[in-house]
Parts: sequence; structure tokens; C-alpha cells
Amino acid sequence: MTISNSRPITPELIAAHGLKPDEYERILSLIGREPTFTELGIFSAMWNEHCSYKSSKKWLRTLPTKGPRVIQGPGENAGVVDIDDGDCVVFKMESHNHPSYIEPYQGAATGVGGILRDVFTMGARPVAAMNALRFGAPDHPKTRHLVSGVVAGVGGYGNSFGVPTVGGEVEFDPRYNGNILVNAFAAGLAKSDAIFYSKAEGVGLPVVYLGAKTGRDGVGGATMASAEFDESIEEKRPTVQVGDPFTEKCLLEACLELMQTGAVIAIQDMGAAGLTCSAVEMGAKGDLGIELNLDLVPVREDRMTAYEMMLSESQERMLMVLRPEKEQEAEAIFHKWGLDFAIVGKTTDDLRFRILHQGEEVANLPIKELGDEAPEYDRPWREPGKPAPLPASLVAEPNDYGLALLKLVGSPNQSSRRWVYEQYDTLIQGNSLQIPGGDAGVVRVEGHPTKALAFSSDVTPRYVEADPFEGGKQAVAECWRNITATGAEPLAATDNLNFGNPEKPDTMGQFVKAIQGIGEACRALDFPIVSGNVSLYNETNGVAILPTPTIAGVGLLPDWSKMARIGGAAAGDQIVLIGSDGSHLGQSVYLRDVLGIVDGPAPEVDLVVERRNGEFVRSAIRNGQFSACHDISSGGLAVALAEMAMASGKGMQISLKDCNGPAHALLFGEDQGRYVVAMPADMANFLCANAEGAGVPFRRLGTVGGTELVIDDLLRLPIEQLRDTHESWFPEFMDGSSNAAAAAE
Amino acid sequence: MKSAVVQLPGLNRDRDMIAALTKIGGKPPVTVWQTETEIPAGVDLIVIPGGFSYGDYLRCGAIAARMPIMQAIKARAEAGVKVLGVCNGFQILLEAGMLPGALMRNASLKFVCKEIRLEVVNAETAFSRAYAKGQILRCPVAHHDGNYFADAETMARIEGNGQVVFRYAEGTNPNGSMNDIAGVINEKGNVLGMMPHPENLIEAAHGGADGRGLFASALDVIAA
Repeated sequence: MTISNSRPITPELIAAHGLKPDEYERILSLIGREPTFTELGIFSAMWNEHCSYKSSKKWLRTLPTKGPRVIQGPGENAGVVDIDDGDCVVFKMESHNHPSYIEPYQGAATGVGGILRDVFTMGARPVAAMNALRFGAPDHPKTRHLVSGVVAGVGGYGNSFGVPTVGGEVEFDPRYNGNILVNAFAAGLAKSDAIFYSKAEGVGLPVVYLGAKTGRDGVGGATMASAEFDESIEEKRPTVQVGDPFTEKCLLEACLELMQTGAVIAIQDMGAAGLTCSAVEMGAKGDLGIELNLDLVPVREDRMTAYEMMLSESQERMLMVLRPEKEQEAEAIFHKWGLDFAIVGKTTDDLRFRILHQGEEVANLPIKELGDEAPEYDRPWREPGKPAPLPASLVAEPNDYGLALLKLVGSPNQSSRRWVYEQYDTLIQGNSLQIPGGDAGVVRVEGHPTKALAFSSDVTPRYVEADPFEGGKQAVAECWRNITATGAEPLAATDNLNFGNPEKPDTMGQFVKAIQGIGEACRALDFPIVSGNVSLYNETNGVAILPTPTIAGVGLLPDWSKMARIGGAAAGDQIVLIGSDGSHLGQSVYLRDVLGIVDGPAPEVDLVVERRNGEFVRSAIRNGQFSACHDISSGGLAVALAEMAMASGKGMQISLKDCNGPAHALLFGEDQGRYVVAMPADMANFLCANAEGAGVPFRRLGTVGGTELVIDDLLRLPIEQLRDTHESWFPEFMDGSSNAAAAAE
Repeated sequence: MKSAVVQLPGLNRDRDMIAALTKIGGKPPVTVWQTETEIPAGVDLIVIPGGFSYGDYLRCGAIAARMPIMQAIKARAEAGVKVLGVCNGFQILLEAGMLPGALMRNASLKFVCKEIRLEVVNAETAFSRAYAKGQILRCPVAHHDGNYFADAETMARIEGNGQVVFRYAEGTNPNGSMNDIAGVINEKGNVLGMMPHPENLIEAAHGGADGRGLFASALDVIAA
């Protein structure tokens, strides 16, 4: 019995596919007839926000994407950047927000799986992963369940696949109560002359299906990810895919083996919108048509319709255009790894995307138009307002500086993330030089005696909310600064832009201004964006997330033996602040978490100063001058000093007598472009003379020693107490009784 | 000394293990694929590395323990060839009945990756003789199912025979293992299974080299 592929096309059906009436009109005029049910599904998959970038494209084009080291910018599975010696790093970040809220374990797991596949599709072996996670308020009833599921899912996939997770972020804010964020980053190493692309070449060549079988999981996932949420969200669980890291590990090894044989002309992983998106992309890029016969697609369920097969988001699958003379060799490799290998179609010269199923042609569409002619919107946007200035003189001092610092280091957002990262394999592959807990994750380049790569992922959503432009700049600057703080030279970045509903002019305004800020910072810091992803419609019942443009960057260390760490200070070392005195308390965590106020403008980033201070610090690290280095970010100087003291286990005697301004602003101000560094006393004289010569502001703050952090007569805290406070929040929140969690609030 | 690393689909610390054996032994090990039925002639040390063989979707190591290559490994072990199983390799050796006891899910029910301390309990085995009895080593762990268990009779026997080679040092047991057991050897003294990963702590880049002694012992390259 044949499976019916037809269904009447009603306005309800069109709306259920997320297509607006004018978009449907566009389809009618493009193909000159009513689409079949399968064709409607294909259009919906290609034209949704997630795949088409229809609201964001106009603005994404303004980002700087080129540079002397950029081999491949946006538009491929991942960006590619030269790291000398014929080596390159291939990386990208991608969101899996909507699925992770619906089904946290599988949503997060397949987010990791998808980004790993993007990287090895290009011929790179994944060497590092990061995850930027954002959850709702700790006391929201769903938060613990989501944290536990997402972290287990990230670990479950990455650990089994075998990639070290070397960095990331975990933050809580009530604005993520209804929409959590799971942004997964992966980077791989390849040889610059052995990168694989998705552009098909040659007519009549076999199109090969690789990897796992196709099931009904994830049908319509990309469309789901392009919609707002409401109470019916639980009904969307079947649109979440199920991950199989074992198959992905086998697929990695099989693909890398296959690429060695010269059999691959073009290769594309099946991610969002699965078979549809991968086939259209390969054909459209190569100016070729594609014909697929779905009877040849390996399936794991009976009686799947053409519609289901074309929209399935089953994981661990690839599509490839093969050199026909290599077919047997290629097939043998896939069978060795226990994976499917099936020729399911061919390239054609008619620029049509034709789908055959059980002898019937169920789709026949113009392939270029499916991708290129997707709707593109110049959505109306409103310039965001700027909060009034908030001078430190208007902000209360804490009653007790010691308690204020303890409150910050033990707060949900500044406490140790050990509970999270100890569930990730941070050491596998044997190349991890810095694991989470430092400023950036660092991984050495296998096969090279001294080279290493640094990775960091950053954004401060409360700044972006207060001032999207400055917040966008700050996300880039902080990422650049974290990489710099290891001694690495920041090379390029990937962006993962998470926002609310772009059809609302205020949200669109946040998006536009944040991109402008990101672009300005990337240009000023020579830090191009080489890949990325946009996630819009992160709203539930009309409430949007904080605007969260995550920036994940990669830096190069020519000699990892010179790398700086946060915890290297020795007794007797001098502590020096590089950069200006703290003054800016607007949007600080001191204001929010100690005083309970959200107010004021975001700190501004002076990109010239950022660059100058960063280059000064990097050059000193490379000359081996520092025993420890740490950037100053949320929580200001006080939290940075506490983190360094906790990491080294050594106390510090600090004095602010040379600094200008009120103590609470000096200690908790979140001014940008600043670092705390430690070094032996004779080196400090040399460094300060150099800083003076270079016009870099600095302050000598004190000495390392003892077992307490002492700041003038303002505070005196044993390192042990700081550590206990810093380490206890997360485990008590996740594993303690609800009483313990409440007590920690 | 010739070594071999067994490669099964889903194992993922094979490259780490190959690197450690190469760096410490001076030459790369041979690799043996799952479908092979013989271990190459002249191999004196067979290593089953860590990972998630066949996804570990069933009990950890259960499928791997039933692959044809295990028959060849068993036969060699009976002939006296040294066999080392690390992490998933340990789980596989237990499932294959080559070592006593069992590994259960971590007491925390969570995957754990961190550095712990290992106490060398028996320094007279072919795998631990580079160390001193009672020596405390740094060593990373990374596993979900490392909670060692044995019934009372087995436990008394292996403890009495000196078959416990490594214990988690006081306060560092990461998984709830009975008697803090981290590594056990068979009665004959040529098959060792352990959960921690000495291969990830062998050089300056790892921040320490406490793991070298295990490979130096097994490869017979102990520095004088």
C-alpha cells in the first residue's frame, strides 16, 4: 500500500507551517501553482527564521567578516581561520534554545551534536567545546530541572563523543524563566589545504546519504524554533530530536577517513530541516539541481511520508556528493563503522529540486529560489532609550565591605561553576592547558611543540538590555580581553545572537543596535566574525529574554609555556591594576545583588583604550613578566582579586590609597578594559615604568601573602571563607534540600 | 617491549593512550580493531582504553566484552601477557570476567571529571613497581560508572591477596567505590583495571607527570 503524500492546502495548514499570507503568495508566484503538501513543508523549512535569517540578514551583512587570517567567513558550516604552519581552526557557535526548554537533556545534547557535526563536516577534528547557558531565576520552579537536564545533556553528548569542554558561561535571570538559552560552541583543527565545503560540483554525480537512519524525530523542529512559546509548549516535545553520541563518534571517524580518500566533492551535515536544507544548500551553492529518491533513504520507522522524511531532524546524518569511481572504497569505510551509506539521488543541470517517492514526484521546485528568494525583511525598529547617568555618589556604600564581597562571590551568578564543569570531560585528548575556572580555556595544538588555542565565550545581557550598542561592544571586548589575559592573540569570533520577537520594533531596535556595537568593536579590535547563528522569538507569553548576543572567540598562543593563569601568584608578588580606577556602578552586580537595584547605564567601552591596555598586557605575558593575570569584569576589582586569591590559595594585602574615588566604586565598579596582574617585586618596577612610557594607566595595589584577603581597613576575609562561600552556592542549590537552597539565597 | 591498543567503536581515549605509550615507551603501539581475532605476535602489553564502547547504552562494557577480540585477549592474558584496562577498559575487563567485582553508577549519579589523589596500595605489581607503597599520586578521573562493588567474600579475598593496587586517597573518592578502590589486579598479577586516567597526567602540558610511573612499569622502561 502506498503512503498518501497529498493533503489539501488550507489557510490553517499554511499558518500552522509558520508561513504568513504574503509569504504564501510569494510561493504561488514563484512556482505558478499550488504547492503539494511536501512542497509546503519544504518551503516552511527553508523560509522560517531559523534557516532563512529573513529578519536578520540585512543587519548581519554589516558585520566585519574578513581579515588576513580568515580562510572562510560566514555562509559555510563553520568559519575557518589560519593559525600558521598550514594549520587552521574551524569553529562556530549555535543555539539550541527552544528544544532545550521543551526537553532539556535531548535539546542540549543534540545542540552539542549539531555544532560538532558542523565542525567535522569541514574536515576538522573537534578539539574543544564550550557552552553558554542561561536559565531563569534560581527560585523559579522549573530552573533546577532545566539546569540538571541541560548540564547532563551537554556532558552526556560531549563526553561520549570525546571532546573536552574547556569553557562557557552559566547565568540566571528571571527574564529567562520561560526561554532558557543553550548556545553550543565547537572548534576543530584541520589542514588549510584540506577543508571541505558544501558547494556541489559536476552534473549526474551521486548524492550519498551517510550516518544514522531517518526517523520521525524533530519533524518541524526549525519551524518550532522560529515561534514564540505559550502554554501549549509541552505539546511540542515530539519536535525535539534524540541524540546518539556513539553514532556521531563513528560518523566523525568515518568522515575523516573518507575525506582522506579524495572521494568527497561536497559534504553538508543534516541539521535544521534535515534532508531539505542540506540538499538545497549543496545544489544551490553549486548552481545545480538535485534529485532525491526517498525510497532509497535509510529509515528506522515504517510508512514515513515524503513530508516526514524531508522535514525529519534525526541526528548524526550527512549528505555528500561523491566521486563515482570511489564509491566502493567510500562504502567500505562506512560499513566498517557500522553506518548507513546509500546513494539517494544525483546532481542535475536543471536547477530543480525534485523529490521522488514511491514512483510519484512529490516535489519539483526551483532550487535557487528556495534559498536565495527567501523573504527578507527590513523590520521596523525603534532606537532604544538610554538610562540616566548614575554617579557613584548616588549609590549607597555597603554597611560591611566584607559581607558585600562574600555576598557577591557566593551569589548565583558569581559563584563557582564547578558543579557544572565537573560533569564535563575537560581533559580528554590530553591537550587541555586551562580548564574552566580561568579566563579562557586553552588547548594545545597537537603535533606542534608550542602552539595553543585559547577560547572564551562572553556577553553581559544586563548591559545589552540597558544599552544594546554599548552592550554589544562590551560582549566583544570582554571575549577579546579574556583571550588576551592568557597571553593569546585574539584571531576571530563567532556570534550567537539570542533575542525576542523581531516583529516588535523595540526588540528589533535592540537587535540592530547590538549588531552595530558588535561590528564597531570587531573592527576596532581586528576581531572578525567568521560564523554565527541567530535565535529570535525567545519570548513566552509576550515576555522576551534579556537581549543576549553571545560572542565566542578564538586566540592563538605561539608558546604555551608563557601562558598566564589566574592562580599563579606567589607570596611576595606585587599586585598591579592595569587600566583606570573603578568608577562605574550602573548595571553592576554590586547594585543588583548587594543593593537589590537595577539602574543606570551600562559601562562604556573605549575601544582604543581596550586595545592599548590589552596589547600592553599581552606583550608583558609573552615576555614572561607575570606570575598571574586576570581580567576585571562583573563584580569589579574586588571580585577579581578574590578570584585570584582563591585560585592561588594565597592571601593579599591591598591598599586603595593611590586610587581616586569612593571605595565602593573602586572595588565594585565595572569599568572596562582592565586587568589585575601579579609579578615579583623587581618586575613590578620595570612593568610600571613600561606602563608609564606606554601611557597605560596602572595602580600598585599591594602584595601577595598570608591567608587573608585584606583591603585597607575595609575588609579582611580568610581565603578559606571566600572559597567555601564561592564553592557552596551551586551544590547547595542543585543537590541540597530546598531549605539549604533557601538559606543560601 | 611491544604494546597494543584495542580500538572499539565508541572508545575515545584511544588517542590519549597511544600518545602516552608512544611518549613513554619510545615507539607507538600497534592498534587492534574490534573485528580482528588475533593479537599481533610479540605483543607484551595489551591496553583497552577509555570511552563509551558501543555507546554504553547497555551496561558499560557489556557489549564490548562479548566481541570476538576479547577471546584473543583472554587467551593472551592466560598465557601471561599483561593487560591494562583504563576506565571503559576496566569496565570491559570486569564484564568479560577477567577481574573480580563490578562497577556501578557513581554515587552522585553524575559524570565526574576532576583530579583526585591515588594511594599506591601495592607497589609490587608489573604496573605499579615504579611507585613506592603508600605513595600518593595526583591523577584525573572522568567517568559516569566508576563505583566499585564486590560481595563480602570477594572483597575479603582481593584485599587479602593484595589485589587492590590503587585506592582513592582519603577524602577524594569521587564515586562511592567500596573500600575507596580505584584499581584492581587479577590473582595472577598480569591484568590490571583502573578507573583513573594516568595517560592524562604524563607531561608538563598536563601540569604533572605522576601517571608516567604506571606506563614505565608496564613497558619496563623505569628510569634507573
